[in-house]
Amino acid sequence: MADRDRQGLRAILVVAVIAVCAAGLISASHEISAERIERNIAERLMQSLHEVLDPSLYDNDLIGSQVQVIDPDLLGTTDPVQVFLATRDGEPAAAIFASVAPLGYNGAIDLLVGVDAEGVIQGVRVTDHRETPGLGDQIEISISDWITGFDGTSLADPPLPQWAVTADGGRFDAFTGATVTPRAVVRAVRDTLVYFDENQAELFERAAAEEADATGAETEAVPERVRALVADGKLRLHRTAVPGPAGAPLP
Amino acid sequence: MNGAGTLFADGFWRNNAAFVQLLGLCPLLAITTTLVNGLALGIATTLVLIATNSVVSLIRGALVQSVRILIFVLIIASLVTTIDMLTNAFFHDLYRVLGLFIPLIITNCAILAQAESVASRHRIDRAALSGLATGLGFAAALVMLGGLREIVGSGTLFSGMEFLLGEVARGVYLDLPYDGMLAAILPPGAFFGLAVLIAARNYLADRKKPDPARREAAAVRQ
Repeated sequence: MADRDRQGLRAILVVAVIAVCAAGLISASHEISAERIERNIAERLMQSLHEVLDPSLYDNDLIGSQVQVIDPDLLGTTDPVQVFLATRDGEPAAAIFASVAPLGYNGAIDLLVGVDAEGVIQGVRVTDHRETPGLGDQIEISISDWITGFDGTSLADPPLPQWAVTADGGRFDAFTGATVTPRAVVRAVRDTLVYFDENQAELFERAAAEEADATGAETEAVPERVRALVADGKLRLHRTAVPGPAGAPLP
Repeated sequence: MNGAGTLFADGFWRNNAAFVQLLGLCPLLAITTTLVNGLALGIATTLVLIATNSVVSLIRGALVQSVRILIFVLIIASLVTTIDMLTNAFFHDLYRVLGLFIPLIITNCAILAQAESVASRHRIDRAALSGLATGLGFAAALVMLGGLREIVGSGTLFSGMEFLLGEVARGVYLDLPYDGMLAAILPPGAFFGLAVLIAARNYLADRKKPDPARREAAAVRQ
């Protein structure tokens, strides 16, 4: 009996020692890598933002001036959507939406849509999707330049009815064998433009207010209109941390 | 003699984790859409195998039979987590390709099997060598399956090399005059490809002179 007890005790001891060593190893490597990982993610984010908005068009800190908005109808998700607001000499220059095309062939397609203050698309990129390789994945810039077809478009050009794939009488090409995917993306880009058109003023006011807030000004700096929007839950006011990359890590 | 060569041949060929033991199929089938993906996961798995085998061998004196699997899993999980974080920090581009699959290495039974059957019974040098051999064998399987699926599925080879070798290697890939057959890239293609490679390996293994025990067994069957 005593022998079995000793065996059990030894097992517990060995597991405990190894668990402590394992925890030590993991925290040490976390210590070494955490800062670099954060920097890599921020750099990556900047890189993708610059793909949809030419860096010469703005002069503020994009990552520092982001807001979150919720509009399931136009932005494609019930979750808050990140909007990066670019200004130049303090004037609104452009906005980048991390909007979602909910109707992809295999679920949601994550986008970055850059729109300048005139409502003209500066660039669109797909940041994450699960479309069929070889068919729907031509929305990726690394596979086809289809996505650059949005550059320079706006709600006025092409006119609203032509914001569709050619199969639906619109102006945007579909791919052979895949109509669902481009249709979803075209619709999401159009809806993002509509959202920007309707909310542009509020967005920039809010970003300015938050900037003032961050630099230590009184919270009263938030304009009355923005407060009203916050009150109906259309906007949420808080500074956000840098979001992770589109492909979230395994659960 | 049970020398280093035998040990190596055992891990690489005779008991190849992917083709003979059929272990680690989850990462094997998931990642092998291109040769480069396969190569990268193969390298990562090899490193993990050498590390876990060495550590397990070092502490084999302290192992307690009843909780050994728990200990192996603890060691494997913490080493893989460490490698995951370090790759994320120092090889970020590669991490963007492989990030999702590095945690899958934990579920690779080949690693647990090595810890149990080799590392906990041999000196550290033998254990590390066996880890290297098994890892290379697994990597070879990944590369072949990845290459096969890439050629058949997308009509290219070595695409994405820049993730491993940096910008110099961008564009250094073969583009075959053929558009590719989608099925090879999709999950069923992984199974078909694996079947073809296993059949090829069995053919090669059978062509070699069979060992006496096997010949005897064959004779008995007849």
